[in-house]
Amino acid sequence: MRFDWQWDFAWEILPRLLAATLNTLLAAGIGYAIAVVLGLVLALAQRTPWKPLTFIVREAVEFIRSTPLVLQIFFVFYVGPQFGIRLSPWTAGMIAIGLHYSAYLSEVYRAGIEAVPKGQWEACRALNMSTRDTYLRIVIPQALPPSVAGMGNYLVGIFKDTPMLSVIGVADVIFLAISLPAAGLVRLFEGFVRRKMGM
Amino acid sequence: MDHGDYPLELPEGDRPMVRFMNVTKRYGSLTVLDNLCLDVAEGEMVTVIGPSGSGKTTVLRMLMTLETINGGIIYVDGKPLTHMERNGRLVPADERHLRKMRSSIGMCFQHFNLFPHMTALQNCMEGPVQVLGLPKAEARARSEELLEMVGMIEKKDQHPSRLSGGQQQRVAIARALAMRPKVMLFDEVTSALDPEVIGEVTNVIRRLVGEHNLTMLMVTHQMGFARDISDRVCFFYRGKIEEQGPPDQLFGNPQRERTQQFLSAVKEAD
Ligand SMILES: Nc1ncnc2c1ncn2[C@@H]1O[C@H](COP(=O)(O)OP(=O)(O)O)[C@@H](O)[C@H]1O
Ligand SMILES: [Mg+2]
Repeated sequence: MRFDWQWDFAWEILPRLLAATLNTLLAAGIGYAIAVVLGLVLALAQRTPWKPLTFIVREAVEFIRSTPLVLQIFFVFYVGPQFGIRLSPWTAGMIAIGLHYSAYLSEVYRAGIEAVPKGQWEACRALNMSTRDTYLRIVIPQALPPSVAGMGNYLVGIFKDTPMLSVIGVADVIFLAISLPAAGLVRLFEGFVRRKMGM
Repeated sequence: MDHGDYPLELPEGDRPMVRFMNVTKRYGSLTVLDNLCLDVAEGEMVTVIGPSGSGKTTVLRMLMTLETINGGIIYVDGKPLTHMERNGRLVPADERHLRKMRSSIGMCFQHFNLFPHMTALQNCMEGPVQVLGLPKAEARARSEELLEMVGMIEKKDQHPSRLSGGQQQRVAIARALAMRPKVMLFDEVTSALDPEVIGEVTNVIRRLVGEHNLTMLMVTHQMGFARDISDRVCFFYRGKIEEQGPPDQLFGNPQRERTQQFLSAVKEAD
């Protein structure tokens, strides 16, 4: 195959490329921020004394973890409007990614929380601490450090998965590379794109 | 006896600091405590001894509300701990009631359970600041005074991982005292310690006896220490108090065969 690098073309599309890269970073960053917070909520919701809530959240987390992200993106964007929820591709995409990864992160947190020794909870009780303080000041600070490795893995994962948002039209850097009409650009990124698309 | 039949409050003149009334505790089919009755008077130091598995820890844990009870009732300072009044009747306590009552009780554990991400001083200040709502300066002054008392003021900025077991346990005692409890519970606080540092912890407890009018309930395997400092010793056997009395009587002249057997067994082990 001929490799035909075109400088003028490369310069011409650079701004769009940068914008698309920014899109990727933004989508991944915001999606991750959602996942970090929502994941914690999902982890804590499984620890309330109210068993039905634990059950429902547990099942939801399992469901999200066992269905593909691309389906979830489709679902939020295309099925949402049928229930009157109309979202821009951006919002839908980030919600889907955030939701997807929150399920994974909740498992990371859960393992971290369960690793905190029972004696720590009992010490909190003996000091008459509220449930809120017990979590915020004692349990979570101890559960987070061992969770960092797992959280890092999913941060990498979220960057890898962001291009899937192209299925609902969010132009991220990979999407742009494939969709730009000029064959030259595809060539520019040929190796990368091929690897990425598994071609 | 249904818990509705217990008094809503103990009458004036018959108000020990702690009263267990017919307390039963079961784990599944295992009855750990069987109709336990036990009073601890204000300012009294009561020691609990007995073979492993006889329910000693469970007694303290129920009083600290770490465990719920299956029967009977516990009163603290004349008021029900495990129950609360609703429409003139006693019903099992909810979390709000427990939080109110728990403030009178402090506990030290066999394995210290200090917060590893906080320094000794922060461990002591945590409860006073977060739970009692004390201003930081006041909580700090109170904590430093107690750390001084347990001989740990020089190490106040160290994290628990940098402290020996004996030092950690002394911080844990200071942390519990910083909440100004009326009743202090000690569950084998020297059992996890190297023999050479046991003295530094027992000396702190010795100092507490008589001070502050603190009521204390202590589980220990150190018979000499128990004999020295207790007002009363209870020998537990299979979830019941087999025998109790002043230390000289219980150690010097035990009446029950099981007590005699237990005491001669520990003497041999020493
Ligand atoms: N959480 C629990 N679940 C089941 N059994 C328990 C539990 N805690 C204690 N037990 C049992 O209760 C009995 C009394 O325990 P404990 O009060 O710790 O005894 P001691 O402190 O006198 O050694 C033991 O037989 C123990 O195995
Ligand atoms: Mg025990």
